[in-house]
Amino acid sequence: MKNNKRKFTTYFYSLLAAFSLLPLSVQASVEGNTITLGAAVSLTGKYSTNGKHTKNGYDLGVKVINEHGGVVVNGKKYKIAIKYYDDESTPARGAQLAERLINQDNIKFLLGPYGSGLTKAMAPVTEKYKVPMVEANGASLSLFNKGYKYLFAILSTTEQYLQPAVALAAEMAKDPKKVRVAGAFENDPFSQDISTGVFADAKKRGMKKIIDDKLPPDLNDMSATLTKVKALKPDLLVVSGHAKGAALAIRQISDMKVNVPMLALTHCDSADIIGKFGKAAEYALCAAQWDRDLSYKDKYFGSAENFAQRFEKTYGYAPPYQAAESAAAVLVYKDAFERAGKLDPTSVRNAIAKTHMQTFYGNIKFDKTGKNIAKPMVLFQVQDGKYKVVAPTRWANAKLRWPTPPWSKR
Amino acid sequence: MFDNFMILFDAPVFSIDLLVNGMLIGAIFVLAAYGMALVWGVMNIINVAQGEFVMLGGYVTLVVVKLGLNPLFGIPISALVLYAIGWLMYRSVIYRVVDRDVFTSLLATFGISILLAQLTNQVFGANVQTIDTGLGTWYFMNGDVTVAIIKVIAFVLAVFLGLVLWLFLKKSRTGQAIRATSQNPRAARILGIDTHRIYATTYSVSAALCGAAGSLVVMAWAVHPYIGLPYTVRSFMVVIIAGLGNLPGVIMAGLGLGVAENFAGFILGTEFQIAFVFLLMIAVLVWRNFALRRQRKYLK
Repeated sequence: MKNNKRKFTTYFYSLLAAFSLLPLSVQASVEGNTITLGAAVSLTGKYSTNGKHTKNGYDLGVKVINEHGGVVVNGKKYKIAIKYYDDESTPARGAQLAERLINQDNIKFLLGPYGSGLTKAMAPVTEKYKVPMVEANGASLSLFNKGYKYLFAILSTTEQYLQPAVALAAEMAKDPKKVRVAGAFENDPFSQDISTGVFADAKKRGMKKIIDDKLPPDLNDMSATLTKVKALKPDLLVVSGHAKGAALAIRQISDMKVNVPMLALTHCDSADIIGKFGKAAEYALCAAQWDRDLSYKDKYFGSAENFAQRFEKTYGYAPPYQAAESAAAVLVYKDAFERAGKLDPTSVRNAIAKTHMQTFYGNIKFDKTGKNIAKPMVLFQVQDGKYKVVAPTRWANAKLRWPTPPWSKR
Repeated sequence: MFDNFMILFDAPVFSIDLLVNGMLIGAIFVLAAYGMALVWGVMNIINVAQGEFVMLGGYVTLVVVKLGLNPLFGIPISALVLYAIGWLMYRSVIYRVVDRDVFTSLLATFGISILLAQLTNQVFGANVQTIDTGLGTWYFMNGDVTVAIIKVIAFVLAVFLGLVLWLFLKKSRTGQAIRATSQNPRAARILGIDTHRIYATTYSVSAALCGAAGSLVVMAWAVHPYIGLPYTVRSFMVVIIAGLGNLPGVIMAGLGLGVAENFAGFILGTEFQIAFVFLLMIAVLVWRNFALRRQRKYLK
């Protein structure tokens, strides 16, 4: 009897708790004259730095759109707001939060998290509830071969990251067939995608693959790979392993005095290779989604440089491309809302699919799988302590310095 | 794989490069493993937070450099700060679990490791950090063998600290008390040894050794808040191979591990680097089991 009573009390309290949560959860995506977008970004955990860039980008996008009179849908003016959660840099939490945003917070339009891993975890959820997600930080090609209809990425996908470097290596060598390529890629979906892209491209040009090392995710030393590079002397060395891969590569290549005519990396700016290594970082080629020197324009931010200045003024640091693409994702939503003329997820999804616009970040046009096919990657080279665009030639503001002289002459 | 093997055959100079660089990274494993062997042997605790102490040592050195001091001062300062942190951890958490079963302390130290990694992330951010000592590199054989000077310092320090630790345990009163406690805590207590103080000292010395190691890691490689795990795993392996309380063994096993990893990474490719080392560990354990079985005497 006593036991029953206790059981009843437990039920009673849990019911009470459930009801007390109810008023919180009635927060529709469109309420009054505000459209609320939802996002789970990494504010803690290992992606927290880039998560912060992502959030700052979204916030600045929203701020500027609202300053410009917000969104006009069918003659009615709306402001935009974003509801955030912290996904703690864990995919499982990301999926949970997507569910929560959609079901409890009743949000019908999502912005992406930071990183391919998190995006991969959230995409099945948005797909299940037929809620569009415009993402700016999940570049893995594997996101776009699953037939997702509600996922749109405004950034260039991974296989394109270092293709400009391969093209440059081919251009520089008199005979591309003699170019020997070495790669060291972290054993995770993002870097392995890059590896696939680089080697497919190299093969197309008749180049020879001589090293293809998969760096362990808990990477702390890459001297085995670098000794191999010393022994085989490739013409192009490509390294991708997020920020720690870039930092370790520069550190150990200079420590071990590894001579290689061309070195191409990803994540140079998040690893801050110029600030940390100074001269040792010279000549390195770095893939980037965006740069403030590019000549794209839109009517909200103005030019890429205007965006960069505005961002600096607001947050006190120069915008990495992660922030730029996040701000651009909000612009895509605004454009789509206005063209859809309605605020139900399906109409907005269809409007997003038809996006064809230029933003300060680049041109945006989605193919059937939802990835942006209108914007190329850019390639920097570290020259005299600065990132200079060296490819594609249309935006190049510096000439490629090639070949990298041996360490004894640097 | 065969191609890679042939490179070493054709140009043996690269095996020297692999050997030297392997021993130098092994030196860091040795430093972290001293501490683990000590804590495990004396307190019967497998300290999962070992790698996080290494990571913290790196961050302390970063702060030291930000204050404008030479990074080499970071080594003793990191050791001192980590000694204090180790003491704090013992007084707040470890002393509650020291007499419990291994599983409890495993969980407790695992909790500490998560806590330290996340706190570091909050304070310093998730970025990769590194320090340039400007010490340069030695070249040999036409630049085919290169040795960064900071790594040589790490190596010398690892051997030197091993020696100091051995002397400390053998000769000093505290060292003798530590050994007594590890042999029989109850008897040690009866003889008037304050075992909690001994445990605290042991745990803090272990943390301090990791602090010195971390200081070297940030100068020779790089640190970020989640770098701890590889160092925990490596020191765990070193201790398993060397056996508890066997300092020369720890040195041999640590250096050997670094070398084995480097050769495996070169010949099999880096994706099999860790797998190979784990296979090696299993082989060592199986072999040791056989060796022990031969000596085992049965009473029937």
